[in-house]
Amino acid sequence: MTTPEPLLAITDLSIDARTPEGLRPVLDGVSFALVPGETLCLAGESGSGKSLTALSIMRLLSPSLRQRGGSIKLAGRELTTLPERAMRQLRGGDIAMIFQEPMTSLNPVMTIGAQLTEAIRIHGATDGGSAETRARAMLDAVHINEPARRLGQYPHELSGGMRQRVMIAMALSCRPKVLIADEPTTALDVTVQAQILTLMRELKGEFGTSIILITHDMGVVAEMADRVALLRAGRMVEQGSLTQIFEQPREAYTKQLLDAVPRLGAFRGTDGPPRVTAAPPPVLPAGPILFVRDLEVTYGGATGWFGRGSPPPPVVKRVNFELKAGETLGLVGESGSGKSTIGKAVLGLIPFTGEVVIDGVAIAGLSPGAMKPVRRKAQMIFQDPYASLDPRMSVGESIAEPLAIHGIGTRNERRERVALLLRRVHLTPDQATRYPHEFSGGQRQRICIARALALEPKIIVADESVSALDVSVRAHVLDLLLELQEEMGLSYLFISHDMAVVERMSHQVAVMRGGAFVETGSRRAVFENPVDTYTRALMRAVPVPIPSTIRHQDRVTASA
Amino acid sequence: MRRVFAEMTRRPSTLLALLLILVVVLSALGAPWLAPFAPDDQPFDGLSLEGAPLAPGAKYWLGTDTLGRDLLSRLLFGARTSLVIGLVANGVAVVIGMLVGTVAGYSGGMFGGALMRFTDLMMAFPALLLAIVLAALLHPSLWIVAMVIALVNWVQVARVVYTETRGLAERDFILAERSLGAGHGRILFRHIAPHLMPTAIVYGTLGIATTVLLEATLSFLGVGVQPPQPSWGNIIFESQSYFQAAPWLVFIPGAVILATALSFNLVGDTLRDLLDPTQRGRG
Repeated sequence: MTTPEPLLAITDLSIDARTPEGLRPVLDGVSFALVPGETLCLAGESGSGKSLTALSIMRLLSPSLRQRGGSIKLAGRELTTLPERAMRQLRGGDIAMIFQEPMTSLNPVMTIGAQLTEAIRIHGATDGGSAETRARAMLDAVHINEPARRLGQYPHELSGGMRQRVMIAMALSCRPKVLIADEPTTALDVTVQAQILTLMRELKGEFGTSIILITHDMGVVAEMADRVALLRAGRMVEQGSLTQIFEQPREAYTKQLLDAVPRLGAFRGTDGPPRVTAAPPPVLPAGPILFVRDLEVTYGGATGWFGRGSPPPPVVKRVNFELKAGETLGLVGESGSGKSTIGKAVLGLIPFTGEVVIDGVAIAGLSPGAMKPVRRKAQMIFQDPYASLDPRMSVGESIAEPLAIHGIGTRNERRERVALLLRRVHLTPDQATRYPHEFSGGQRQRICIARALALEPKIIVADESVSALDVSVRAHVLDLLLELQEEMGLSYLFISHDMAVVERMSHQVAVMRGGAFVETGSRRAVFENPVDTYTRALMRAVPVPIPSTIRHQDRVTASA
Repeated sequence: MRRVFAEMTRRPSTLLALLLILVVVLSALGAPWLAPFAPDDQPFDGLSLEGAPLAPGAKYWLGTDTLGRDLLSRLLFGARTSLVIGLVANGVAVVIGMLVGTVAGYSGGMFGGALMRFTDLMMAFPALLLAIVLAALLHPSLWIVAMVIALVNWVQVARVVYTETRGLAERDFILAERSLGAGHGRILFRHIAPHLMPTAIVYGTLGIATTVLLEATLSFLGVGVQPPQPSWGNIIFESQSYFQAAPWLVFIPGAVILATALSFNLVGDTLRDLLDPTQRGRG
């Protein structure tokens, strides 16, 4: 086999972090090569060093990091020893980069046009015409409608997907040889993600750019990559062609990671989530534990002293549903569809109109005092476990907090209860004296679950509770939730944008768009026979963690 | 608490600062016994034959002031005034500012808005003018001056604390706390207040120097601590026109204020680090 001359060759790249305890390696002997015209996916979980690798190619490492060794060659030219001046020419010229969050990567006080033409002028990439013409042509190339008008707009006037298109236009405007995309679609909705990925594939051919795509999402890898390099804790685990990695992974970690990826349609033909324990089902009342009628929420009613004007449209419009004891209702939808708002309203955390009945008690208009006993029945688990724990409180104090608030038990009894709860979520009681920052993301979410369980609630609202977690950890937390449901008969209102996760967890599903339910029904009905066009579009947009070549083969054999 | 103290004495710079504060406090308390002269004593040989103040020497260790009084004695007695002003006035200002800032930031809405507009009004009002009016109405004494300074100085603290509280109140762990059924008092005192400690400590220590100087300004204008009672600030102000002829009269008290303020600041900084669990075990 002849290997084409690599465009970018990284050999034995090692980076140390300066810590008070001394130098600590964060990247250790990473080597890979990028061939012209290919898309290489750098995949791995958080902390694996994918972004560090990208930043060290651009030589944009933060001063607390130090490159220990290794070489980075672009078309035979060594970058690690290049003077800063030459490096500046290279950045944005030969190598361009786009980031995860398009809002923060664009300057909010400069128009789109000013930022685009600036990038074009710096590198003199006007193609003979004026920078403005070139900017317009670039916006056209990334399929932004009305490019002339967009040039005069500011970043906040564009949607997230459009902002990422602008970032791509900016990155490609100087015809870079290499485009480094660091989680370019992670902050976007699935349907927008699908569009951006298609766009990147299209432009790769058009501009002759090779792409290094950094992602944690094996679905995105399967859709985009020619070759895959898998990192873990700063080391290269495995690299190879897309089919080789997905079909014949050599390393155990690769297999484990691929197995942990939830696949849409994996639970076809079943009615409830998979059973994870052998516990006999708890005896539960037949009626609904949560009953919601005509729920409507409007934000921003009061606007200061001189506030006037008509009230804004509601973010949740006349929603009806009920949740049975011991079951899970999955609320799925894209950002801004009002899923989280429903979660908060149901717990009485924000003002709402309509009827919400928790275990027989209508909570609309209850005083804080009357609401307090109801709070014991319904608890919440948030998206970001680190943000939802008080960083100045030890984990034990945080878990005991609900008991203290409701005046349950003496100090010693609470301590025992905390130990029990920690064991319940598979942590150890001696961890109670430690602080949230000393734990990993998955452990922190377990702590949040323990806190939610402290009051022995009947309902738990889980708002994107696994979205911030790595795939392998996510599976464990989901299993824990299922285990608790089977043993304690908990009901979940499970809010997520991730279709595959909702499929795994739910008995019933409601699909939301623009504040209203577009489709509701049993999981089997919604996932196997979606009626609404939006539900179908949503499901089609989910990246499938199976390379398309293999998928096509399957389809052929299936139809044969 | 013992752990915090042990940790503090382990850092050389903090230990030095602690010792300096101890010296200042002891000399303020022991001024009557330590001072070689009475603070308002004007000995015959306190001035040169031409009537100029004496430079530091064997009898008057730090020299004498324009009225021939011993500078060292005045500084020792002045420490009493300035410490009271610096600690009490500034402390009260920080407490008022914290209270107004957190309440306004946490309650928000009309009430919070009204509180903050009042704070803005106080900020826009010339502080010195306000202090002069208040001091003139209330007859200046040491404690009245301290209160006047506190009433002028709380505004900046309130503004900063307000913004911080607004940010904190939006955080998920406060929402989590609400969903557990916690009342406002618990959220404010157990979850928001601890996060404001760094700000309180920074203002509580940094503010000492400015407060000491504000008192001096008031003294200079005749509405501060009344002469002949010495304070570090009014020692500087009484002598400032003799700066050319007797620079020690400005430099020595200036250095004392600087060293004291710096010490408090250093101790405050260390305290802030030690009280933050996320910083534990770091350099």
